[in-house]
Amino acid sequence: MWKTTLRRFLIMIPQIILLSILVFMMAKALPGDALSGLLDPSVDPSMIEAQREKLGLNNPWYVQYWDWITKAIQGDFGQSFRFKMPVTDLIGQRITNTIWLSLVTLIFTYLIAIPLGIISGRYNDTWGDRLITGYTYLGFAAPLFIFSLLMLWVFGFHLQAFPTEGSVTPGLVPGTLEYSFSKIYHILLPALSMALITTVSTVQYLRSEIIDTKQRDFILTARAKGASESRIYTHHILRNSLLPIAAFFGYEITGLIGGTVFVEYIFSYPGMGQLFLNSIMLRDFSVVTALVLLYGIASILGSLISDIILSIVDPRIRIK
Amino acid sequence: MNKVTGRIEEELRDPSTSPSSWTILWRELKKDKLALISLIFLGLTIVAVYGVSLVLDQKQIVRVDLFALYQPPSAEFWLGTDYGGRDVFGQLFIGTRNSLSIGIIVTLLTGTIGILVGLISGYFGGAADNLAMRVVDFFMILPTLMIVIAFVAAVPKYSIVSFSLIMTAFLWMGIARLIRSKALQEKELEYVKASRTLGSSHLKIMFTQVLPNLSSIIIVTMTLNLAANIGLESGLSFLGFGFPESTPSLGTLVSYARNPQTLEYRWWIWLPASLLILVLMLSINNVGQALKRATDARQRRG
Repeated sequence: MWKTTLRRFLIMIPQIILLSILVFMMAKALPGDALSGLLDPSVDPSMIEAQREKLGLNNPWYVQYWDWITKAIQGDFGQSFRFKMPVTDLIGQRITNTIWLSLVTLIFTYLIAIPLGIISGRYNDTWGDRLITGYTYLGFAAPLFIFSLLMLWVFGFHLQAFPTEGSVTPGLVPGTLEYSFSKIYHILLPALSMALITTVSTVQYLRSEIIDTKQRDFILTARAKGASESRIYTHHILRNSLLPIAAFFGYEITGLIGGTVFVEYIFSYPGMGQLFLNSIMLRDFSVVTALVLLYGIASILGSLISDIILSIVDPRIRIK
Repeated sequence: MNKVTGRIEEELRDPSTSPSSWTILWRELKKDKLALISLIFLGLTIVAVYGVSLVLDQKQIVRVDLFALYQPPSAEFWLGTDYGGRDVFGQLFIGTRNSLSIGIIVTLLTGTIGILVGLISGYFGGAADNLAMRVVDFFMILPTLMIVIAFVAAVPKYSIVSFSLIMTAFLWMGIARLIRSKALQEKELEYVKASRTLGSSHLKIMFTQVLPNLSSIIIVTMTLNLAANIGLESGLSFLGFGFPESTPSLGTLVSYARNPQTLEYRWWIWLPASLLILVLMLSINNVGQALKRATDARQRRG
């Protein structure tokens, strides 16, 4: 098992290098450079040229790449062109909001998927199963942004059951109980909207996995030995079907990142996704570059974690 | 003896009448009422949208009319007007046409690249295949949405052509991996070896013998991809990174809902487009799922 983990770890290194080169190429293609935010247009062009030379912007690309990547490893992504502050600080203000939103979404995703998947798989071809399968059909086809918008329209504006924007009611003091409740209250609707859509594939997977497992020989053996139906499910079927699902959360990260961009935009939730869209609209490309790199690394790490957990719970898929 | 077993017996007796993949797909589609209705709905939508937009004048519809801002639905404007006084009903037709067109173009482009890469990679195998699949894996992990948005922002002369090319560049990997895994299984079969022994070239085997055997899987995947691509395009247009505003898409109409006033009080601007996207995606998915069942003999209904 350690061998597999090590091998999988080694695959990640070229992935991260490839990602950093892709992001660097993107950064070069985007207009503006490190000087765009520091100077005003009235400065003498020869001074700018001297500054460029000093900052190494005239060096060959591989030297520039090396400078950029060594700084990025130390957490220095340069200055925001627009806000004249370090990119790291700007992201730091938003990152916790997005992490909370993703975490609550993940919790909802599993809270919905596990009971629905079990009911649908255990009692397949009953009306309950048909209802759940219908829901997964709908959720599979519905685009997240349309669904979130409808949720906001119905529950936010018409029923006024949830706040329609922001991450906390303005004016509350951080650290108080009221503040924490307000934060949770603001997260619920966006997280639920996202979870109801993303959970669909997990429900479908769990359903087919349970239907598959319940026809296996070892279940027949357990039945023949007189094990009760509930024992068969808790001890034999679910133990087989739930572990892979628990391990999928790493793969979900890529989807969650894409989802938070839409949901944060729709619910005006101040997270990294909203920062990303705002930075693109303001043409603040040093922030964009840093965010794409962070998102990419998060996705790569997520798939690493999932692959390792899966290889622990299911020895058949270990890399040879 | 019922009709189905009768037909199967007939097919067994005379092997030359073994049904082609198209016949099976069509037979399965007829069995699934929901999918059949979806297909008819899609057909009607396509005819209506492309037909009407021949008559409609796009310039006329996207022209700003300051005397008719935010008109509610009336006899003159069936679905009211938007913040520029533009007729929403007309924009709905042009938007659907634009969304469908780009969906079809991107699906065909990604399909062609994916099939070529997957087929060659899977058929020949070896180190090149290994490397190609590592690269595909890498791109599939990446958060495609942000990268597409960043590239859309980076392109200086932004147009519909560059938009479809950017989308294509990051969306061909899924189909490549699928075709590759199927080609890998297919090339181990006897008929490939027999054909090789008879002196057929690799090119001939790949494109005239292996490829037709994958046709039903390709049709299913492309159908499901079409829905996904229309969803992605309208999502990008919704965020403001798809079509330019002079070329309305369904996503552009939905994006007006970003204004809280419009979202709360002027449903006629964004709700019809949202529901239309939903119904279109559901229909394409229904057809795709029915076709998927047809390709898997174990799941067939008829």
